Amino acid sequence: MSVWLGILFFILAGFAFSAIGLGLSFLIHPRSKNRFKLETYECGLPTIGPTWVQFKTQYFTYALIFVIFDVEVLYLYPWAVSFTQLGFSGLVKMFIFIFILVLGLWYAWKEGALEWR
Amino acid sequence: MKQLQGCADMENSLELIAFFLLAGSLLTGALMVVTLKNLVNSVLSLIVVFFSLAGIFILLNADFLAAVQVLVYAGGVCIMLVFGVMLVQRKDMRESNPVNRRFLIAAPLTGALFLLIGLVAAKSPWVKEAGEVPENTIEHLAPILLRDYVIPFEAVAILLTVALTGVLLLVKEVKDNGRSS
Repeated sequence: MSVWLGILFFILAGFAFSAIGLGLSFLIHPRSKNRFKLETYECGLPTIGPTWVQFKTQYFTYALIFVIFDVEVLYLYPWAVSFTQLGFSGLVKMFIFIFILVLGLWYAWKEGALEWR
Repeated sequence: MKQLQGCADMENSLELIAFFLLAGSLLTGALMVVTLKNLVNSVLSLIVVFFSLAGIFILLNADFLAAVQVLVYAGGVCIMLVFGVMLVQRKDMRESNPVNRRFLIAAPLTGALFLLIGLVAAKSPWVKEAGEVPENTIEHLAPILLRDYVIPFEAVAILLTVALTGVLLLVKEVKDNGRSS
């Protein structure tokens, strides 16, 4: 439990840090109200069209591939924690696991899914 | 002995504080998910919900589950949701999650469901003295995964690869259709 206590203090310190910064700036900042302050900042120029633009679908491919390898990390984690106990056989088994997944990555590469079009 | 007791008390009260902080941020985040007008902001508060849930898992000594929660839910699922929302957005994103009159039906229904679950939870005989919960679950998990269940473990890799190739095939088909039309 005591290990996690540090994380709790870290979270509290993070909250305090941002709260103090925002609160202080709220207290001491000069006040001037005009509608230009609420506009979206884009290199100092007025924005053209709505700022909530639609994303390119290409991003979604990356997101999907990311999720696959995100799940892979999940299986790497327990192996990495008890790496020394599992020994050489654990290493071999993990490499088989990674190899199967790299096949998928190789296929993605071959199909040009990683190229930006 | 008395000192030990005091130490345990302090730990318990700290756990209680942590639980209330986490439960508070979880409920606030969940409320923001349903009430915020912008769907992207809703997804961002969903990430807060998932992180708080991971904290509650840590309080229950389920550290691997917490890692799963952060990696898969806060990382993977929320990124999918953000992209899903931004790809299929409606005209104005600021009005993409409007409140409508259906909450008048939904609120009593969910309230009744909550009452039912609460009743069942209050009536069921909980096992209060389970065995000792290990401090770290991951160290016990790794030998099970990599020694006793190696074949299912490698099958997971095959399953993930199949999912990846399926994704690529689907994306390719969508792209080809887009080009021809």
